[in-house]
Amino acid sequence: MNLTDQQIERYSRHILLQDVGVEGQEKIAAGRVLVIGAGGLGAPALLYLAAAGVGTLGVIDGDVVDLSNLQRQVIHFTDDVGRAKVESARAKIAQINPDVKVITHQAFFTEDNALEIIKDYDFIVDGTDNFPVKFLINDACVMGGKPFSHGGILRFEGQTFTHLPGTACYRCMFGSPPPPNAVPTCSQAGVLGAIAGMLGTIQAAETLKFLTGVGELLTDRLLTFNAKSMNFKTVNVRRRERCPVCGAHPTITELHESEQAACEFNPRQQ
Amino acid sequence: MGNIKVNDNDQQIATPIALTELIAINKVLQPDMVSVQVNGEFIDREAFGSTVIKDGDQVDFLYFMGGGAR
Ligand SMILES: [Zn+2]
Repeated sequence: MNLTDQQIERYSRHILLQDVGVEGQEKIAAGRVLVIGAGGLGAPALLYLAAAGVGTLGVIDGDVVDLSNLQRQVIHFTDDVGRAKVESARAKIAQINPDVKVITHQAFFTEDNALEIIKDYDFIVDGTDNFPVKFLINDACVMGGKPFSHGGILRFEGQTFTHLPGTACYRCMFGSPPPPNAVPTCSQAGVLGAIAGMLGTIQAAETLKFLTGVGELLTDRLLTFNAKSMNFKTVNVRRRERCPVCGAHPTITELHESEQAACEFNPRQQ
Repeated sequence: MGNIKVNDNDQQIATPIALTELIAINKVLQPDMVSVQVNGEFIDREAFGSTVIKDGDQVDFLYFMGGGAR
């Protein structure tokens, strides 16, 4: 594709970057990115990806905007309370950047629609809030050979890594979902709103790095930060040979949601 | 005494020490939920009890973190 004069002006701060340039901006424009969940992480990710000029942005979320979302889900405004999140997100993206084609899926990401939905995208952003779906996204992306960005936040902390086919996956690191209620989610334990912005923005940056081929992705590394100390740490992780989904002899060969595998974990003692 | 690294921080500790003991000493909040790497290799949960940490080992504790959308 050829950029118009208006697009060259709009994206001039990208184009000025030696690593990006016109060529990189064209790669961004050709990119197809799916954001799963238009919430705390998906909201900032969508805003930056839209502003960056990602050609096609898919948004999947079955929820409607709730008043308690507005403290951190910055793509939704006060007037949007009660509106479908995907519609609210679509409206903002159109205002930020009419270049972007938005595909909305007003549904939740499930074992039945997962592979069908991700197959049309180059890169997937996990912006979901619960472990069964995070594992489902991991398994679907591993099986479908799709790169994705994982993200999790809680209280003052955030955690993220990027998966490319062949690099460590979520199950390499964590095996299987914790039993229900063993590990709190944001809706149970709270989260500082800006943490969602920090993490979702890291995920957007990883997406843009993937699309342009710039830099080193956060693969085989788990980044965690704690905003109380503002310490960022990366732990090198290695793909697990015995990983149940990406290992040498996978035992998970089809998708099953809320596969809690409670037998692997003992209930919490405290 | 031995010197090990736990999540990149130096720790002086009597080695060898059982991994389960190291988890207890480090006051890991939910020992049943933590993922552990020793020298860059993940340890199967069932092997926590039989894994021994030696002088110079590098141990990483990884914690579940959910949250995002709702
Ligand atoms: Zn794996």
